[in-house]
Amino acid sequence: MEVVGTLVRLIWELGVYLVTVLPDLLPIILALATPLALGALCGVLNERSGVVNIGIEGIMLMAAFFGYLTGFALHDAMGSGPSIALGILIAVLVGALLGVLHAWLTVSVRADQIIAGTMMNIAAFGVTGYLNRLVITPSGRGGAGVITPFHLPDQIANLPLVGPILVMFFDQGPIAMSLVFIVIALQLALFRTRWGLRTRAVGEHPKAADTVGIDVYRQRYLNVILGCAFAGLAGAFLTLESTGSFQNGMTNGRGFIALAAMIFGRWTPIGAFAGALLFGTATALGVVVAVRVPEGDLGGIMRSIPSYWYAALPYLMTIVILAGVVGRSTPPAADGVPYVKEGKG
Amino acid sequence: MSEAPPVLEMRGVTKRFPTGTLANDAIDLDLRRGEIHALLGENGAGKSTLMNILYGLVTPDAGQILIDGQPVTIRDPADAIARGIGMVHQHFMLVPVLSVAENVVLGQEIVRAGQVLDLGEAANRIRLLAKKLGFDIDPSTRVDQLSVGQQQRVEILKAIYRNARILVLDEPTAVLTPQETREIFEVLRRLRAEGASVIFISHKLDEVLEIADRITVIRRGRVVGSRTPANCTEGELAELMVGRAVSLRVERGRSHPGAVVLEVSGLRAKDDRGQEAVRGLELTARAGEIVGIAGVAGNGQGELVESLIGLRRPTAGSVRVAGRDISRTSVDERRDRGIAFVPADRHRFGLVLPYSVADNLALTRYAEPPFAGGFAGIVRNFHTILENALRLMEEFDVRAPAPTAPAATLSGGNQQKVVVAREFRHDLKLLVLDQPTRGLDVGSIEFIHKQVIARRDEGVAILLVSAELDEVLDLSDRVLVMFRGLVVGTFPAEEAQREKVGLLMATGGSRA
Repeated sequence: MEVVGTLVRLIWELGVYLVTVLPDLLPIILALATPLALGALCGVLNERSGVVNIGIEGIMLMAAFFGYLTGFALHDAMGSGPSIALGILIAVLVGALLGVLHAWLTVSVRADQIIAGTMMNIAAFGVTGYLNRLVITPSGRGGAGVITPFHLPDQIANLPLVGPILVMFFDQGPIAMSLVFIVIALQLALFRTRWGLRTRAVGEHPKAADTVGIDVYRQRYLNVILGCAFAGLAGAFLTLESTGSFQNGMTNGRGFIALAAMIFGRWTPIGAFAGALLFGTATALGVVVAVRVPEGDLGGIMRSIPSYWYAALPYLMTIVILAGVVGRSTPPAADGVPYVKEGKG
Repeated sequence: MSEAPPVLEMRGVTKRFPTGTLANDAIDLDLRRGEIHALLGENGAGKSTLMNILYGLVTPDAGQILIDGQPVTIRDPADAIARGIGMVHQHFMLVPVLSVAENVVLGQEIVRAGQVLDLGEAANRIRLLAKKLGFDIDPSTRVDQLSVGQQQRVEILKAIYRNARILVLDEPTAVLTPQETREIFEVLRRLRAEGASVIFISHKLDEVLEIADRITVIRRGRVVGSRTPANCTEGELAELMVGRAVSLRVERGRSHPGAVVLEVSGLRAKDDRGQEAVRGLELTARAGEIVGIAGVAGNGQGELVESLIGLRRPTAGSVRVAGRDISRTSVDERRDRGIAFVPADRHRFGLVLPYSVADNLALTRYAEPPFAGGFAGIVRNFHTILENALRLMEEFDVRAPAPTAPAATLSGGNQQKVVVAREFRHDLKLLVLDQPTRGLDVGSIEFIHKQVIARRDEGVAILLVSAELDEVLDLSDRVLVMFRGLVVGTFPAEEAQREKVGLLMATGGSRA
């Protein structure tokens, strides 16, 4: 009986704690979820058309670096605003360019898609690390600056209930703020447009698409390049909107967590966004718990858990989700299968 | 007939595959407006290749295609569609997770504002077209929820939606039930009445005679004759198709049954959904005897077969082979005891499609001498594997470019011969055959039937399960009727009349 009582009290305390930290939690969730969501959208666009891309991590890192480099180099000449805007553009272009490479390797050359992605990750780590040491570190100067986030007027932000939620979505930089619109637009595009229908057909049964006159290769190229542009935007977010600096390996596994979010979301943009929010929440909890430890028995228990367990929360969740959800959700039927036209030539 | 040129003419079409096979050798074919033209030939005769050339999926080496008398070049399916050619492939080209409407419009979508799909308008058009062809379909249903027959109609709708005037159907009845076949024939007749021209590919003689206005027979890549149903017989067509006289009846002598080899008693087994599919079944088979199991598909035959060969664990009862209970042993152990098995689904159970013909022919004994040697038998003996393949390919007339060709590249009939060649060993006690000739042409069927009789005469006990009642009646020395997981009747061959057995199959008699 006593055990049950303690348990009930602990759960109650946890509930109270979560409600009290919610205003601290909400504003950082979206920022933490943005690179994951953009990476997951890259995965959705790639895999819906039948191409597996585990190189999202590397593409993000490369885009983060070159976006930052652009902002960094032009900061003094152009001023903060224009140089950052140009940096974001360059990051997106770098993403798209790497998309061309991945599409060429997987669609035209029909290389092993896992190897192609792995190569991308390893190469990105090396290239950015090397160039970082060669160009940015010796200059000894400051960063490229960050975009000033938009702030809601206090009257709105302090509204009960809706206030924190509005803050969550609108007290943000431009990339994070546009995320919601990108997700909705892609969801509609994938299921309501000609492009979306053809994408799904090519990812499920490319030969069927071929026999009705759809160019399977073209459709896959288009999707891989477009998807990788979103991964590039994720990279831009990391250096130009979130931190304002570049560190080696700063993507820190986000490209892989993005894939977990994609699977969690069953290869739909909205589902992937929900997955990214879930991981974002886990990360945010880890941060908040370290700063604001609760009182009472619960606090005692939570203090006794080493802090790196909280930091590991999103990664642990990735394992649980991949182990539990993968079994039940079905990827596109032709995901990862190169298409070969027979009897030609 | 008329002065107008044929809707379609193919002249001197030739195609040699990189593997060396001459699939089409100067084929001439013409199609008139409003006719159903059957293309008859054995598996691998080149029918599908010819049609894939017409549809732009295969590039010919030589030859000309004329539509309405005008020479045309068809580089890809988009070209073919633009010229009014529609094709219903043998393996449906439908995306299972998309709806009927999405599948039909795919590639020629109805859109607003350049990109936004108008599926409502698509649904209206589909309903209208379906009504014209005499059937009903819900455009919002997902294709994987439809029966095979309904999926085929979606394929036809796809072609008609694209304004096809020339419709090619590649073995459309291979996957249909007799009822569905009658329905599809009705649809084809309506199409013909609307002025469409149909090329109907088949190797089933009776169907061709029923539906076609003209019949062109292809053998080994060449046109060997053209007939109308009025001036030919099944026997004549079979001979043209195979290139020699074919006996459509099985020739066999009396059986001389010996000792009991297979003894099944009180066998119970569940199906994949956990329902009891075999419910206390009893049967025996003697050496040198063919026991046929007749029954409407889905009365527990599949579960019975799987229990016998070790793919399914029975919940009760025993399976004795030569006196020893094997019902709990592994597949491998059963094979060691002289049991062999020809599965109904050769792609799932019979073959490893990406492997070579030679490897497939050694598949059941790859780990034993003479196919393996060296320390602990871990070294493959390529020479023996190849020799074995060449011998079996010769003996069983497997037509493959080389023993090293992947099994996937062979035609269906030749794939089945690979399975049969491997399973029909000479040291067998029991041979279990599940639909051994499904989807095969008359020549291959005759060949396999002869091999079955030959094994019987060597003293093998044979259990034959087939949905083709005629096959069971032709081959079996004893016919058992299976109904709801039980044997409800036994007939000696001479008393097994079609009507009597058919009635018992349908009703289960008094024991149901």
